[in-house]
Amino acid sequence: MSPYLTSLQAIITREALRFIQQRGRFIAALVRPLVWLLVFAAGFRAAIGLSITPPYQTYIQYETYIVPGLCGMIMLFNGMQSSLSLVYDREMGSMRLLLTSPLPRWWLLFSKLLASTAISILQVYAFLIIADLYGIRWPTLGYLTVLPALILAGLMLGALGLALSSFIKQLENFAGVMNFVIFPMFFLSSALYPLWKMAESSELLHDICAWNPFTHAVELIRFALHASANPTATAATLLATIIFLGLAFWGYDPARGLIRRKG
Amino acid sequence: MLLHLFKNTHIAPLAACLALASPGAAEEIWISNEKDDTLSVIDVATLEVIRTIPTGERPRGITFSKDYSVLYICASDSDTVQVMDPETGEILHELPSGEDPEQFVLHPDDRHLYIANEDDAITTVVDTETRKVVAQIDVGIEPEGMAVSPDGAIAITTSETTNMAHWIDTETQELFANTLVDSRPRHAEFTAGGSELWVSAEIGGTISIFDVATQAEKGKIEFAIDGIHPDRVQPVGFEFTADEKTAFVALGPSNHIAAVNAETYEVEDYILVGRRVWHMDFNSDKSLLFTTNGVSGDVTVVDVANREPIKTIKVGRFPWGAALRP
Repeated sequence: MSPYLTSLQAIITREALRFIQQRGRFIAALVRPLVWLLVFAAGFRAAIGLSITPPYQTYIQYETYIVPGLCGMIMLFNGMQSSLSLVYDREMGSMRLLLTSPLPRWWLLFSKLLASTAISILQVYAFLIIADLYGIRWPTLGYLTVLPALILAGLMLGALGLALSSFIKQLENFAGVMNFVIFPMFFLSSALYPLWKMAESSELLHDICAWNPFTHAVELIRFALHASANPTATAATLLATIIFLGLAFWGYDPARGLIRRKG
Repeated sequence: MLLHLFKNTHIAPLAACLALASPGAAEEIWISNEKDDTLSVIDVATLEVIRTIPTGERPRGITFSKDYSVLYICASDSDTVQVMDPETGEILHELPSGEDPEQFVLHPDDRHLYIANEDDAITTVVDTETRKVVAQIDVGIEPEGMAVSPDGAIAITTSETTNMAHWIDTETQELFANTLVDSRPRHAEFTAGGSELWVSAEIGGTISIFDVATQAEKGKIEFAIDGIHPDRVQPVGFEFTADEKTAFVALGPSNHIAAVNAETYEVEDYILVGRRVWHMDFNSDKSLLFTTNGVSGDVTVVDVANREPIKTIKVGRFPWGAALRP
């Protein structure tokens, strides 16, 4: 087997083992969106009126609207959590072991990214199954067409996590990531409310949301779940993935990156 | 091409299914728009509005003659029933209808219209051939719902304020029974066999079911939707599926229709449609249901087998009645 594949397999196995051993993490990853779905969305069902915007062809319950956003939320948290695990690896020394591999660093980071994306996709499908049992269903084809959208969204958010992890010195700083990355990205997006609703209260907020790459990831997932394509969201998510990946590779480059400045 | 394929994935199986069901037929659903004084014509195959036709003022009840050669329109504020050629959209003539005709029903003889005159507390019977009023029958205050039994022997008028269903003998054109229902009855329908009469009560929030032979109440259906205040659950129009096992009931400002088991009288499902859903009609094989949503100004298409809304189509302002033209 090529050393590239060996390293990919090793990294994925390690992530998978970590995932299996941390059953609490899996449950937590599901509980978070479920609380939003079963409590928040149910409470706001009557309060938030939704007009018909693509990809929807008819009126929908708020619970139906919020599900793609919650899929995005799972991926966002997972992307950040894997960045947290990188900071942990760095503190514990296992990253040094990884980075001493003769393979190019970008490959190692990309393997790590693939592994964390695969895990977040598993979590999203588990969530979609529970949503289905709750009565929120999609066209059957949508469960298939959402897969490439999830891969792209997972890579984008994972790459963001990687890029961030090169900035974070210590584990304790993760709280900062929560406050300054996860919450603003999630709330300033189309995950919880459609953008036209945002525009009603503030054009500025609407514009911020429209530029937020997380909005595009959510819209990509939303359209894909309805087995329809959204070229703008796809292009924006792809572009954001490339930028975040570039940042991550640069951040982890020992010659130039931020990792050097930290010593 | 790929994008095109993806975009139409909802519609493609539906269109294929329709094509199988009625080869070559161009079915249409006609909708009356109360505030726009127009009719919107929806093509059942494409689920798009293909024509908009002007009418008299405030069109509400609409119904086709048996051979679909003419359309009768209750032009409420013009105080007339208009007769339209559906091919050209031209008004051929008007029928004397009494004041403020709201709903009507065409007798199985395809000749006599029974018209509820909301402001006059009467039911007017008009002969569509001689274009003359045959009879005017005093009923309760604000008559609205109209039905006629499949054998044509009984006509029903419901009066909104008196809260009654008035039973009219079509031979003598006289009332032979009055039965109390819940507050503000809006719509009445006989089951296809003619053994039951269903009457919806908007404010009462119920449907009362009567045994036609004895005029005795034999059941009552109540509605409750999670998260929606009971005051907003207001049953209005309703229709039976082809097998008569299910009735779909429009629940007004609750923005839902209910699917009721017509044998056990239990509500099985609530389906989200547009705002203030009022009346409805099926396509010819009754696989699709079209609901008129007054406040949101659109028509929601419901897949009857899966009980799922599949598309909402913008029509004019305040759509009211719906009628199939196969």
